[in-house]
Amino acid sequence: MYDKKKLEDVKAAFKNWEENKVNKSLGKFPERKERFSTGSDTEVDRLYTPINVEDLDYERDLGYPGEYPFTRGVQQTMYRGRFWTMRQYAGFATAEESNNRYKYLLDQGQTGLSVAFDLPTQIGYDSDHALSEGEVGKVGVAIDSLKDMEVLFDGIPLDKVSTSMTINAPASVLLAMYIAVAEKQGVSSDKLRGTIQNDILKEYIARGTYIFPPEQSMRLITNIFEYCSKEVPQWNTISISGYHIREAGSTAAQEVAFTLADGIAYVEAAIKAGLDVDEFAPRLSFFFNAHNDLLEEVAKYRAARRLWAKIMKERFHAKKDKSMQLKFHTQTAGSTLTAQQPDNNIIRVTVQTLAAVLGGTQSLHTNSRDEALALPTEDSVRIALRTQQVVAYESGVTETIDPLAGSYYVESLTNSIEEEAMAYIEKIDNLGGATKAIENGYIQKEIQNSAYKYQMQVESLDSIVVGVNKFKIEETEKKELLKVDPHVEILQRKKLQKLRDDRDNDKVNETLSVLKEKAETEENLMPYILDAVKSYATLGEVCGVLREVFGEYEQTVIL
Amino acid sequence: MNRPIRVLVAKPGLDGHDRGAKVIARALRDAGMEVIYTGLRQTPEQIVAAAVQEDVDVVAMSLLSGAHNHLFPKVVNLLKGEGVDDVLVLGGGVIPDDDIPFLLESGVEAIFTPGTPTKDVIDFINTNIKRK
Repeated sequence: MYDKKKLEDVKAAFKNWEENKVNKSLGKFPERKERFSTGSDTEVDRLYTPINVEDLDYERDLGYPGEYPFTRGVQQTMYRGRFWTMRQYAGFATAEESNNRYKYLLDQGQTGLSVAFDLPTQIGYDSDHALSEGEVGKVGVAIDSLKDMEVLFDGIPLDKVSTSMTINAPASVLLAMYIAVAEKQGVSSDKLRGTIQNDILKEYIARGTYIFPPEQSMRLITNIFEYCSKEVPQWNTISISGYHIREAGSTAAQEVAFTLADGIAYVEAAIKAGLDVDEFAPRLSFFFNAHNDLLEEVAKYRAARRLWAKIMKERFHAKKDKSMQLKFHTQTAGSTLTAQQPDNNIIRVTVQTLAAVLGGTQSLHTNSRDEALALPTEDSVRIALRTQQVVAYESGVTETIDPLAGSYYVESLTNSIEEEAMAYIEKIDNLGGATKAIENGYIQKEIQNSAYKYQMQVESLDSIVVGVNKFKIEETEKKELLKVDPHVEILQRKKLQKLRDDRDNDKVNETLSVLKEKAETEENLMPYILDAVKSYATLGEVCGVLREVFGEYEQTVIL
Repeated sequence: MNRPIRVLVAKPGLDGHDRGAKVIARALRDAGMEVIYTGLRQTPEQIVAAAVQEDVDVVAMSLLSGAHNHLFPKVVNLLKGEGVDDVLVLGGGVIPDDDIPFLLESGVEAIFTPGTPTKDVIDFINTNIKRK
């Protein structure tokens, strides 16, 4: 990109500056520390110049928004066309209470819904299962059957909103319930827009809400890809997630590497199941974290887009642009929130919001200040949403596309993250792919090492966390926290008992036994799951049948 | 004591957040303790059975899902039911200040919340260990 002669001049001048100016000044004014580094502990130079990006080829490496390799964004006009979708992840207690929160958020200008389910729902247990004790309605809403889902979306027209559901192992069951609710509203499935997370590999790696073994899980996932490409064409069938990998302690480059490695495994599974890459790839979406190191994060998103485009084109021979575009949701980093001086978290979330926006995200959830303490209060959620709105309407960063492109530092970081991620992907390929690398614990071990290293840096004060290991105060002020009423569990069990009493149990048994039969064949299970949920079979019953046929995953425990 | 302190690091309930549990497990091990990690989704019964079988001196539970008021005391009571009263039971995770007095009264010896240095946990164990 640079004129050779001019680059030689820059190199000479840079050397002169370092040797004659900087070194002299260092004698009098030493730098704050010996080694400077990013949030992911990659060493950072004093100054970046054209020398760091001398091989950069604009057309090849950056190009234009909406064009291969999509480094600068996946749409032609980005936020000049419309802002990202502001989508706050919410849900707690009962379907009634969550429905109220959704209506509140839509009233406040939120543009998409994002449903949080409680842990029993996420792991395919009904609220009256022994393992659900103490967990019902705690980290999200409890959904036992289509009945709860009808209440959850009551008064919310499903052809008008897009809904993201954080559901993985039982994703097919919750998607089926959503389709069934829409049908009752008179909305046909081709009008539905939204996303299911449906990313089981990162559950094994980092998040923990797995049910079935990998092979059977991959079958359910490819069943969804196939079904949706015909019946729910606007639905994003998977959200391949680096978020939780990063929360578990990975570096930025590991987040990109392990997420894209998972992505490769899904694409391979779908192709193996006989699907055409350009049929399902446009509906793949991604989900990344936003940490505090603003420029490293921006570089991370850009590197991820470019690397995925290359993988889809070169490895999988995708033909459509849409198959090569990495579209992503972002959530600010829960793990960076501090329980100490929680209002400081508002500032952290602001920096993280800027990172996501400058990195070209398609949608964003901003965490609330009190989430290191409990689920957020309504006030805290409003501030978090306002943070997005201030960045969108007041900061000016949305007026032009990819404004940090061409920064010597950002381009250099983009290159190095891509290279590091690619090296990991090659290593994972050599281990036999992501599933194998998870089963033998390689990926988990890499993440744990990074997490431990970071913790030790915080404890040795090599990393400063404001209010935690520096600038501490005595805090006596009582914090207003949201509490989930313990009666929710009792209430939910009562509702479930009533459902079991009132429904046509012969019909339920019939749909469940058909599902079981089909699970033993190679057939696509989606239509049979849909029949079962429509008969008001519970989530636990549907998953129970599948558990019988598929068995359950045994975690690889590694320290 | 003439053998290293033995610790069971446990994840009760359905919560899958295990970063903290794993970091603590490793820090305790680096501090010379013998650490057994249960993995995810352990019922209180399973945790107590493992504690008894492994003859541990400390049970350290981590939970971020909000089910601590239910699950932590249950482990304490089951241990008592097994006649075990000299094991130090600790809890950690996203636990609101308001819940801490109840948990301490229930027999959990200490609650460690986000931001706690691993050194504090190590020091607490070394100072408060019941089996000497």
